[in-house]
Amino acid sequence: MNRPIRVLVGKPGLDGHDRGAKVIARALRDAGMEVIYTGLRLTPEQIVQAAIQEDVDVVALSILSGAHNHLLPKVVDLLKSEEVYDEVLVICGGVIPEEDIPVLKEKGIAGVFTPGTPTQVTIDFIKENLKR
Amino acid sequence: MELVERLLKGDKRAAARLITMVENNDPAVIAMLSEIYKYTGKAEVIGITGPPGSGKSTLTDKLTKLLRKQNKKVGIIAVDPTSPFTGGSILGDRIRMSDLNTDPGVFIRSMGTRGHLGGLALATLGAVKILDAYGLDYIFIETVGVGQSEVDIVKAADTVLMVMVPGLGDDIQAIKAGIMEIGDVFAINKADREGADRTKTEIEMMLDFNEGDWRPPVKKVVAIHNEGVETLLESIQRHRTYLEDTGELIERRSKNSEREILDLAQHSLMKKMVGTEEDKYEIKVFAEKVAKRKMDPYTISNEIVEKITNKKD
Repeated sequence: MNRPIRVLVGKPGLDGHDRGAKVIARALRDAGMEVIYTGLRLTPEQIVQAAIQEDVDVVALSILSGAHNHLLPKVVDLLKSEEVYDEVLVICGGVIPEEDIPVLKEKGIAGVFTPGTPTQVTIDFIKENLKR
Repeated sequence: MELVERLLKGDKRAAARLITMVENNDPAVIAMLSEIYKYTGKAEVIGITGPPGSGKSTLTDKLTKLLRKQNKKVGIIAVDPTSPFTGGSILGDRIRMSDLNTDPGVFIRSMGTRGHLGGLALATLGAVKILDAYGLDYIFIETVGVGQSEVDIVKAADTVLMVMVPGLGDDIQAIKAGIMEIGDVFAINKADREGADRTKTEIEMMLDFNEGDWRPPVKKVVAIHNEGVETLLESIQRHRTYLEDTGELIERRSKNSEREILDLAQHSLMKKMVGTEEDKYEIKVFAEKVAKRKMDPYTISNEIVEKITNKKD
């Protein structure tokens, strides 16, 4: 592929801490990707509309608040109802309890990266799992 | 051409995909752009530039919200730099515009400057046309005012808004950057800070040397608190009326089109010259011979030009 991978990095929900999101944004940038950083406190609707306008390959969500089981599947559902889910890889990172990971994957979050994951693992995962 | 049809019907995803194709230099996009060209020219294009951190995105956000109250549809193309080392970038202009994400009358697109051979201006202008045909009334192009191609982009707008902030240095900075010539409207943002009046006076003094009938207004604003934004929008709209009334709009657009034609022609010539790896290799071989004084660069470049002007697609 001779075009840069475009990734939306965003934080759904109300937690006010985006250190992790910024670290991953920077790592993806250094891996040659175009990162659209959308900032804190976004609703799933805002994230999905931004993803459509930016025509991204990946939506990467960071969440620490514990609301992941509610907010992340909502992003997937909205992407589906906008008919773009088939082209967009959805991944997430943050504080996610082990037992919730299979549930999230079941609901369409392709990759879940918990604290301590080397950024290279995430980068490789994106490159290997792009949908288009 | 299915994408074009969808775009003309106002399909957001088609607009987004076409912009991606323009950015990626997709060979199929040229035909699509020429197809939509006749539907463009209706939108008012406003270039916004100024130093990093001067508040361009915040101001764009506030201006857009005002225009939405006037029932106008708005597009925003926000350009941020691409790292020349990794090709990656962090495009962060949307952070200041989160509330606009879900407004169906607003379309925001972030673009990296990428590394393409003078292609940034072409990609941006392509995106403007796509959003114009998509049916927007106003299109903002927001870019950091550094580098020739960024300045070229804002110059391609109908109205250029220059965003300044107090305390950036003495008035020599303003002349040095050559920005006095391209601004049609000036905003001094963060005007609640010390030195705003002095900055305003300095800009006004520099503008005294400008010739022409339009005297660029200099407006103090505090974008984050939404102060002075309404007056600023009035100035922008007044400039538009001026352009239309005096016939300068078509003059300005002709000038921009002239540059665009030449840029496009230059771009396709470059593609013919160094479009393939083979071509690039050939030039390298010549370069080595030139360096060793076995050939001279004058003859070689002439031969290359002759060869590509005879080359058929």
